[in-house]
Amino acid sequence: MSDWQVKYKSSLKDRGTEGILKLREGILLFVPNDPTSDSKLKVLTPNIKSQKYTKEGSKKPAWLNLSNKQGDSHIFEFQNYQDMHACRALITKALAKCEEEQPKKPAAVLTSAEQLSIADLELRFKVLRENIELQRLHKEFVETKVLTEDEFWATRKKLLGKDSIRKSKQQVGLKSMMVSGIKPSTDGRTNRVTFNLTSEIIFQIFAEKPAVRQAFINYVPSKMTEKDFWTKYFRAEYLYSTKNTAVAAAEAAEDEELAVFLKPDEILAQEARQKIRRVDPTLDMEADQGDDYTHLMDHGIQRDGTMDVVEPQNGQFRRSLLQDLNRHAAVVLEGRNIDVDSENTRSVAEALARVKQVSKADGETTKDANQERLARMSRLAEMEDLQAPQNFPLAPLSIKDPRDYFESQQGNVVNEPRGAGTLKRNVHEAYGSLKESILEIRTKGLRDPLIKPEVAFEVFRSLTQTISTAKNIIGKNPRESFLDRLPKSTRDEVLHHWTSIQELLKHFWSSYPITTTYLHTKVGKLKDAMSNSYSQLEAMKESVQSELRHQLSLLVRPMQQALDAAFQHYDADLQRRTAKSARGSAGEANGSV
Amino acid sequence: MASVASKLYSDDVSLLVLLLDTNPLFWDTTSTTFSQFLSHVLAFLNAVLGLNQLNQVVVIATGYSSCDYVYDSSLTSNVSSESRGARMPALFGSLLEKLEDFIGRDAELAEGDEHVDRIASSLLSGSLSMALCYIQRVFRSGHLHPQPRILCLQGSPDGPEQYVAVMNSIFSAQRLMVPIDSCYIGTQNSAFLQQASYITGGVHHAPKQLDGLFQFLTTIFATDLHTRGFVQLPKPVGVDFRASCFCHKKTIDMGYVCSVCLSIFCEHHKKCSTCGSVFGQSKLDAANASSSVNDRKRRAPDS
Repeated sequence: MSDWQVKYKSSLKDRGTEGILKLREGILLFVPNDPTSDSKLKVLTPNIKSQKYTKEGSKKPAWLNLSNKQGDSHIFEFQNYQDMHACRALITKALAKCEEEQPKKPAAVLTSAEQLSIADLELRFKVLRENIELQRLHKEFVETKVLTEDEFWATRKKLLGKDSIRKSKQQVGLKSMMVSGIKPSTDGRTNRVTFNLTSEIIFQIFAEKPAVRQAFINYVPSKMTEKDFWTKYFRAEYLYSTKNTAVAAAEAAEDEELAVFLKPDEILAQEARQKIRRVDPTLDMEADQGDDYTHLMDHGIQRDGTMDVVEPQNGQFRRSLLQDLNRHAAVVLEGRNIDVDSENTRSVAEALARVKQVSKADGETTKDANQERLARMSRLAEMEDLQAPQNFPLAPLSIKDPRDYFESQQGNVVNEPRGAGTLKRNVHEAYGSLKESILEIRTKGLRDPLIKPEVAFEVFRSLTQTISTAKNIIGKNPRESFLDRLPKSTRDEVLHHWTSIQELLKHFWSSYPITTTYLHTKVGKLKDAMSNSYSQLEAMKESVQSELRHQLSLLVRPMQQALDAAFQHYDADLQRRTAKSARGSAGEANGSV
Repeated sequence: MASVASKLYSDDVSLLVLLLDTNPLFWDTTSTTFSQFLSHVLAFLNAVLGLNQLNQVVVIATGYSSCDYVYDSSLTSNVSSESRGARMPALFGSLLEKLEDFIGRDAELAEGDEHVDRIASSLLSGSLSMALCYIQRVFRSGHLHPQPRILCLQGSPDGPEQYVAVMNSIFSAQRLMVPIDSCYIGTQNSAFLQQASYITGGVHHAPKQLDGLFQFLTTIFATDLHTRGFVQLPKPVGVDFRASCFCHKKTIDMGYVCSVCLSIFCEHHKKCSTCGSVFGQSKLDAANASSSVNDRKRRAPDS
C-alpha cells in the first residue's frame, strides 16, 4: 500500500494540512484533502537527500522529515508508526534504486559505436596516465585522427588485458578474525539481543562447526525455516555466553534441536580422532591431545575468561576459548575451497559437506599406507648398538682429470692449409735471421741517431691530432654515449621520433596488402603523417650545432631509411594499382564494345 | 742493501713489465729489422729507468713456443762479462745475452713441435701469466713497492686458441688493478690487446710509422700511473670485442653462449664442454633453423 493519510507540515511549527501521500514510480506526491489549499507537493525521489523520523516510544507523533537536495525539508505526520515505517522503507528502497540508475545514464552518453564499457575506458585512462610516452603517442596520433582509438589499442591488448586477468584470478582468503564469535548487540531497554548474520559469518560457522552444518542440511527446510534455525543457533550461543550451565542443560533437555547446538560437535571429534590415528606413531602427541574434543575440561580458560570448575554432568555445555581458536585457525589455513555463490545458505552448506566427503575419502588409510607406517615405526624404534653392520652401496668418487679441461681447449684448432714442410723451413730461417739481428746489435750498439727529428716531429703531430679528434668524437669519458651529449630537448625529440615512427610503420606495414577502402584511407593518412615526421627529422638535423651534426645524422639515418622504404613501397603499390585499374578499364571498354 | 723500509716511495714510482714479441715468423715479414726495433726498445727502457731512481723494469720475451724472463733491473748481476769492443751499454749486456739464449731454446722447441699448422702467433697468454706472477710476488713483498703495470709490445696476430687463457689473464690483471698497455706494431688489428687495455684501464695504440717507435713509446707509454691522471693519452674510438669460439677457436661475433659458465660456441652442442651442463632440446626441435635454447650473443666491432 503506498497511499497514506498524512498531515503535511512545511515546518515544525506548522499545524499541518491533511492529505494523502502517494508514492509512485520515482515520485512522491502529496495531495491535500482540501482541494482549495495549494500545498500540493511533488517530490522526485532522486532529489531526496535524507530522511529523518521520530522514534517509536517517544511521546511525539510519527513524523517523517524529508530533506531534498535544494535544502528544503518537508515534514509529514503519519497516523501511526507503522505507516511511517512502511513509508520510510519504501522511500529507502526507491532511493537505493535511484542511485543504481544514476551512473548508468552517463554511460549511455559515452558509449561509442564500439560499445565500450566504463571499466574498459577507465582502464585505458589509467594506462595512459601511468605511461607518459604512451600518452604522448596517443595525443599525437589519435587526436589528430591519423589513427583511431581501436587501432591504437589493438596492438596493446596486453597492457589492457593484464589488469582484468589479474583481478579475476586472485583468490580471496578467509579472514583471520573470528566473525562468528562477535558478541551481539544488546538493547537494555527493549531487552533484545541482536545478532548480525552476513554470508561471510554463515560461511565461517559452517566451516568451523560441521555439526551445525549437518543440522542445517537436516532440519531446513523440512523441520523449520532458516530464520528459526538461526534463531535457535543464536539462542544456544547466548546460553553459552551466560555461563549458566543449568539453564543450558534444562533447555537442551526440552528442545532437541537446541541440544544439537549445545552439545559438543561430534563430527569434529570424529575427524580429530581419525587425524590422530594417521599421524606418525613416533611423534609425541601429548600436547595435541588437549586440543580437540577429546580433552579434559578441568583446566584451561573458559570461553569468557573465567576459570571456574564445572560440574561433570553439565560439563558438555561449556566450551573453551582454546578450542574455538584452534578450530578457527585450522579453517583459515585450509582456505576457501569452494566457489559457491554465498547467497543461498543451503547450497553453501551442501558444498562444504561435499568437500568434506571428498577429503575424507582421500584420507582413508589403505592397507599399503598402514604397512608403510608400521615399517617406519619399526625403523625408528630400533636400537642402534644392537643392529647388524650395514653395508650401504657406495657411489664411487669421480674426480676429473684437470688435464682434460686444458687439452680440450687445444683440440680442434682451425687449420689453415699450409705446407708443413715449407713452414718448418721458414721457421728455421726466421730463427736464424733473428739471431743475426741480435748479434748485429751487440756488435754495433744502439742506432745512432736513434730517431730522426722530422720523424719525431711527425709523430708528435699525428698524436696530437688523434687525441684532439678523439676527444671531440667520444667526449671526455670513453664510456659516455653520444645521446648524452645532445641538448636535452633534442634528445627527447629524437627518442620521441623513434617511438612515433615505429608506431606509424607498424600500422603502415600491417595494412598491406590493401583490400578495402578503409585500409586505403588509413594508409593515406599514415603516409601523410610519415612525411611529416621525415621533414621534422630534417629540420632537427639542421638545427643542431655543427660539431654534433654528423653524429646526429648517423643516429637518425636508420629512421630515415625505414621511412624511405615505406614510401617506396607505397609508391610502387600505387603505381601498380593505377596500372591495373587502367588496364582493367581499358579491357572493360574493349569488352563492352 | 740499505733497508728498503727507509726508502720513501712517492706516487710516481713504477714497475714496468715489458712483454717483448720475439716471434721469428713475424719479424721475418716486417720491413723494420729486429735490431732496429731492439734499439728503440732499449733506449726506451733506459728512459724509463732514468725517470725515477726507484723505477724497475722487467722484460719477458714472448716467443713462438715458449716465454721466459730475460731481464730484471732490480738484480745486481746485470753487468755483462763481455767487454771486448762491445759498443752496447753495459746495462743491457745481460739482457741481450739472455735473449740470445732464449731464442736458441725457442728454436729447439720449435723444431720438435708437431703443431706446425697454426697461425703464426706468439704465446701472449704465457707471458701475461708470467708477468702477473711476478707482479703478485711484488705485491706480497710488503707495503712499499712500486706501482706495477704491463706493457705489451706485440706484432704477431692473435692466436684464437689462446682466447680463454688470455681472457683469464686479463681478468686477473683487472682484479689486481694492474693496467695492461699495449702497443701493436703489426698489420692487422689485435682484438686481444684492445680488449686487454679496455678492460684493465690501460692505453692501446697501434703506431703506423715504425721508425718513430721510440717517440711513440716515450710519449704514450712512459707515463706512470699517477701522472696519467693529468695527461691526455690517445683513446681508441671503438674496441673490437670479438671472441673466439671454444670448440674450433674461430673468431666469431655471433654464437651460442652457455648460460652456466658463459662459454662461447659457434654451433649447437648437446653438452657444454667446459662445465658439463646439458643443454635442453625443446625449442631447437620446434624451430629447426638457427634458434637455440641458450641466449644468442651478438658482438659487433665498434670501430
